[in-house]
Amino acid sequence: MLYRENGQFKTSYAADQQIFPIAQDRWAIIGILVFAFVAVPLLVDEYLFRAILIPFLILSLAALGVNILVGYCGQITLGAGAFMAIGAYAAYNFHIRIEGMPLLVSLLLGGFTTAVVGIFFGIPSLRVRGLYLAVATLAAQFFTDWVFLRIPWFTDNSSSGSVSVSNLHVMGWQINNPVSKYLFCLGFLTIFALLAKNMTRSAIGRQWMAIRDMDVAAEVIGIRPLFAKLSAFAVSSFFIGTAGALWGFVHLASWEPAAFSVDRSFQLLFMVIIGGLGSIMGSFFGAAFIVILPIALNQILPVVGDLTGIEISTAGISHAELIIFGGLIVFFLIKEPHGIARLWSTGKEKLRLWPFPH
Amino acid sequence: MNLRKLALTASLGAVVLSSLATASAVAAEAKEQFFPALVYRTGAYAPNGTPWANGYIDYLKLVNAKGGINGVKVVFEECETGYATDRGVECYERLKGKHGGATVFQPLSTGITFALTEKAPKDKIPLITAGYGRSESSNGAVFTWNFPLLGTYWVGADVAIQYIAKQLGGVDKLKGKKIALVYHDSPYGKEPIAVLEELAKKDGFEVQLLPVAHPGVEQKATWLQIRQSRPDYVLLWGWGVMNSTALREAQATGYPRDKMLGVWWSGADPDVKDVGEGAKGYSALTLQDGADSNSKIVKDILAAVHAKGEGTGPKDEVGSILYMRGLISAMLGVEGVRKAQERYGKGKVMTGEQVRWGLENLNLDQATLDAMGFAGVMRPVQTSCLDHMGSSWVRIRTWNGKKWETTSDWFQADDKTLRPMVMLASGKYAEDKKLKPRTPEECNK
Repeated sequence: MLYRENGQFKTSYAADQQIFPIAQDRWAIIGILVFAFVAVPLLVDEYLFRAILIPFLILSLAALGVNILVGYCGQITLGAGAFMAIGAYAAYNFHIRIEGMPLLVSLLLGGFTTAVVGIFFGIPSLRVRGLYLAVATLAAQFFTDWVFLRIPWFTDNSSSGSVSVSNLHVMGWQINNPVSKYLFCLGFLTIFALLAKNMTRSAIGRQWMAIRDMDVAAEVIGIRPLFAKLSAFAVSSFFIGTAGALWGFVHLASWEPAAFSVDRSFQLLFMVIIGGLGSIMGSFFGAAFIVILPIALNQILPVVGDLTGIEISTAGISHAELIIFGGLIVFFLIKEPHGIARLWSTGKEKLRLWPFPH
Repeated sequence: MNLRKLALTASLGAVVLSSLATASAVAAEAKEQFFPALVYRTGAYAPNGTPWANGYIDYLKLVNAKGGINGVKVVFEECETGYATDRGVECYERLKGKHGGATVFQPLSTGITFALTEKAPKDKIPLITAGYGRSESSNGAVFTWNFPLLGTYWVGADVAIQYIAKQLGGVDKLKGKKIALVYHDSPYGKEPIAVLEELAKKDGFEVQLLPVAHPGVEQKATWLQIRQSRPDYVLLWGWGVMNSTALREAQATGYPRDKMLGVWWSGADPDVKDVGEGAKGYSALTLQDGADSNSKIVKDILAAVHAKGEGTGPKDEVGSILYMRGLISAMLGVEGVRKAQERYGKGKVMTGEQVRWGLENLNLDQATLDAMGFAGVMRPVQTSCLDHMGSSWVRIRTWNGKKWETTSDWFQADDKTLRPMVMLASGKYAEDKKLKPRTPEECNK
């Protein structure tokens, strides 16, 4: 009834090809953006910012990057954590070694460095595919773990291997309180998500999808696999590297290589699989699922325990959290193998027919 | 149930629960001093994290059983970190504002300590890292909110070398010797390297660095290297399952256990119990004396907490090394509050800033400690605004196959070596962060 495009006529190609052709979608997105930029900073407390929203935004950005590579171009990667680490450490080195380096430039240079490294680790994708490629990208993970643990130059010869940054500011804007950090990350995410959405709708995105669906056929119709695959690696690594730099600079402020361990790589891959492969929206759903759910479970379980009069120990809560979380992953994969994003679009289809489904 | 109903119930449930959670938090606001407890009872390090956490909580229960800190009740809440830095930061954010504000954080993880060091000054909450954390943070002029009380890893490394020199018969005998460091590959394990390298330069021995990746169950390659290079001594800087694995591997490769020396986190019961006879002769540093199961405080805990069925862990754990270290850590926090109350008003709830003053002016002499029941467990500690470590009393304990035996006299770290290093490292930190170190005049404000 409400969600129906009847009567919205498109009179130009531009109108037909815009990101959200349905007016209700456009309004909803504008509404969400206004809410995120204006209302959230006024409403939310510090804990939500620091513990939930900022990690969610940064990991969404990383998940976007992984989705470009895995979801759109069909190249499985298990090296996402490594690329985050490269982004973080590259940005760190640019930031401290060059006097007066602006923060934004450091972060983006971190992303570019990651893109270059990503292309390098993407080369095997020209020969191997599927699980074999996953193993090849896993090498990136172990390699970067080794590099940042063993070569003291990258960590500025810090005796413990832990590095830290402070006094972040962009053109006089101090990024030191939760609200500014949140807005900073949100700004990054908004721009990058728009970029990603448009890239996947343009020629390059179609090339990626052609490679994903059948690479031999794509080659026959004139798509160069070398360019398509390596560009996917570059763009994806750029996103992930920037996310890694934000994770280090804005979220943790002090980090060691363990912050980007192989667990992080798996987490990011799960995000796009659960969220929805080949869907920008899915990256957000996946990030929300993986970031917020465990913390929410961890907080809700003791309350449930109190209500029912059972005192659950800290260890018990932690175990229950893992059990329920694992169970939910299995549930979603059985119920909707195409990810939460598919549930979302099914929901929208249903809403179009509502309230007269027949 | 179809999906829509499911989604509806789920979201309704979440709303109801979260409102309940806030309601219960509001109800608890009274005259109470809040001690957050970052613990790890699950994961690879749980065997060592659990007794520490139990000791920490049991001591707080004992304080309440004795009527609180000058009448102020202690409340506490646990949050599971799993030894992971990001979860630890989340726990910190979750707990720091609860029950009127956190008194002091003790994360029991060097990685989490590094992350919280950046956050604590903004929130004005002290961090006690008794026997771990950043070594240079003993300089209170720069690290104004960190308290690595009782000892740092640099102290540990220095004492370990002192002990080895004594075994060999003098510092000059160290020349040409080879000492291997088998360490947990994390900020924790890397901390001692700087001191060992400095001492190696000074005393003319050679350091061999052998990192072990988290969680430390895979050490075959490391011990093959040891068999090849035959170091004269092996220092073990492990945590959790890594310690017992190292001892088993030493046994398998035939490396003499009496040439192995562990840091105080590698010298507790879970580390050697399962290896048993195989670990005989293995020594480890102690942080203070640490454990004495006949001490008065242990009896107090058993009588006032465990006898009433309120003990956090199993009864036979009370008095064990890690349990007592958790207990001592809690005691230091509580004494910080008590000291702060002397200045800011007895029977009042102290803020983080006031507790910091208390911790900076901590003066626990032997008489006080004995009166509290810590005779045989602790030696005097006195801190100041510039010295956040207090004292560094270390002894050596040796495993005889069945239990730990104290086998050495007291050691203290050599300030001549460590002080310049602490000043240099903390100076660099201050410079990087553009911090102005506190002057002694600012201390008493």
